[in-house]
Amino acid sequence: MADSLAQSAPSPTEGVADPGRRDFINILAVSAAVGGVAAVAWPLVDQLNPAADTLALASLEFDLTKVALGQEVTIAWRKQPVFIRHRTPEEIAKARAADHASDLKDPELDSARVKPGHDEWLIVLASCTHLGCVPAFAQGEYGGWLCPCHGSQYDTSARIRKGPAPKNLIVPDYAFLSDTKVKIG
Amino acid sequence: MSGPSTYEPKTAIERWLDTRLPIIRFGADLGDFPTPKNLNYWYTFGGILAFCLAVQIVTGIVLAMHYDPSGAGAFKSVEQHIMRDVNYGWLIRGIHANGASMFFLAVYLHILRGIYYGSFKAPREVLWLLGCVIYFLMMATAFMGYVLPWGQMSFWGAKVITNLLGAFPIIGNTITTLLWGGYSVDSPTLNRFFSLHYLLPFVIAAVVALHIWALHVPGNSNPTGVNVKSKSDTVPFHPYYTVKDGFAIALFMLLFAVFVFYLPDAFVKTDNEIPANPLVTPAHIVPEWYLLPFYAILRAIPDKLIGVLALAGAIGCLFALPWLDTSKVRSMRYRPTARIYFFIWILASVALGWCGSQEPQGHVIPGVGGPIFIDYDINSVTWLSRISSLYYFAYFLVITPLLGLRETPLPVPDSIYTPVLSHPVAAE
Ligand code: HEM
Ligand code: FES
Repeated sequence: MADSLAQSAPSPTEGVADPGRRDFINILAVSAAVGGVAAVAWPLVDQLNPAADTLALASLEFDLTKVALGQEVTIAWRKQPVFIRHRTPEEIAKARAADHASDLKDPELDSARVKPGHDEWLIVLASCTHLGCVPAFAQGEYGGWLCPCHGSQYDTSARIRKGPAPKNLIVPDYAFLSDTKVKIG
Repeated sequence: MSGPSTYEPKTAIERWLDTRLPIIRFGADLGDFPTPKNLNYWYTFGGILAFCLAVQIVTGIVLAMHYDPSGAGAFKSVEQHIMRDVNYGWLIRGIHANGASMFFLAVYLHILRGIYYGSFKAPREVLWLLGCVIYFLMMATAFMGYVLPWGQMSFWGAKVITNLLGAFPIIGNTITTLLWGGYSVDSPTLNRFFSLHYLLPFVIAAVVALHIWALHVPGNSNPTGVNVKSKSDTVPFHPYYTVKDGFAIALFMLLFAVFVFYLPDAFVKTDNEIPANPLVTPAHIVPEWYLLPFYAILRAIPDKLIGVLALAGAIGCLFALPWLDTSKVRSMRYRPTARIYFFIWILASVALGWCGSQEPQGHVIPGVGGPIFIDYDINSVTWLSRISSLYYFAYFLVITPLLGLRETPLPVPDSIYTPVLSHPVAAE
């Protein structure tokens, strides 16, 4: 029954004066549908991105007098851990001595990782550039940090020296407001 | 679903329904499914897996009624509310948390069965691919479920795994931000993981339906690997295999109960009893046991992007297996050489699992050092992972394709029926 109906139905373009007009309608309909789907899909994807109130997390001021020489604190900035390390002269010397070491995977001068005149303050994001764990200080072979997750080792300038991490620990945007106060972000 | 239906509606109501929604016919044809008569207990894991999925869905829906998916409340809602205050909450969570491990135990045995008996070979490639999709979805589901209690392992596991995607050049960071919904793993991440953890098991159930459909077209493979040739090779699925599968499920439930009631914390890392703290990474982070081999492959490679690609490739090899195996003989029962390489592959995978649970610089033979080579000494866990990873990939990419062309298999029986008759027990 259904078959005989299908056979007797005329082809959609039969007897149409200009079949090209049908093609035009098809193209129009399909493009409208594709455009519509894309217009709906975009909000559905973009809602996954950080919401405005999440992005609005402000910058952070920190009082450096809280950190004694040779010590470090981990603070949360935009929910990410940040190391503020008060480096000893030995640590600085060690970092400078390695400025041209051949095992630097991401070569950078120590002086470029601190603010001029504030060599003793190293401020870096405490996220291992491998997969984001927080490295621990005073472990490993370079006097700097060792990541507990997959063994990446950073030196006293927080530059990657060994292990799977590809980059040095990231230096965030920050500025000295005074000799004892920094503003991060 | 494959052959013509043999169902005869008996009552007027059945006849009436059959011309409107032939659902009784559908069920009857499933039960009538002709199944090779020589299936052994390795073939019961399909039924066991269906049982596991049902258990996870039922217990999960109940847990979701008491769970609070917010960064501030999640840990407390699980460790205090569900575990102490909700009636039988400890039991339901114990079943759900251990159920994930039981599910993976079953899926691994099911996959090994498939490889050993060549169940992935023509005409069952689509069946195999759907199985791989299910396995992949299970890993995603279990990973997101593990994040929900929001302990230290939950948090840092989530951080490490989401950061894996950051390894891809250009688009990597966009993807991780999209996953996190913030600057890092945080409350928005937990929320969306909960939503997806609820959704994915139902997607799995849908793929399971396709998997069973794809099974019912060619029918089961069997331990001889020989095709079904006549009716004397098969028995109806019901009652023969409903009973056999039922018995296996009962045994499996015993093992399951041992964990739930006697070893409820066997798979729990103590660090996960500490609430998530974004400022401190636990000294030793390890994923759940069922992901350890992949974790070891990731760590074996000293480059981030290549490590991530190798991890993905290790799963990809399973998908590609039907096109890598060149042997015309399905079952390894008749491939003694292939069998040896296969058992070594299992060994390498277990070794990888062990390596994944150890510290990368740890020693394989305690107290013995060795010359250092690419960052680690040759007696280190990392070097065992490197060698095992190499074998893992060689098995799929070199050994399996070459062996099928070069080995001499044993003679394969003419039919499923012949080895049954020549079996010493049958001859008596
Ligand atoms: C493929 C099936 C599933 C697997 C493999 C799975 C796996 C897991 C795992 C590993 C956990 C962490 C357990 C722990 O350490 O406490 C978990 C937690 C949870 N799951 Fe599932 N799950 C599945 C299905 C479901 C479904 C269908 C739901 C909801 C409808 C659900 C709801 C939950 C909830 C609310 C939690 C948090 C409570 C807790 O941690 O015990 N799960 N799941
Ligand atoms: S996260 Fe630091 S080494 Fe992998």
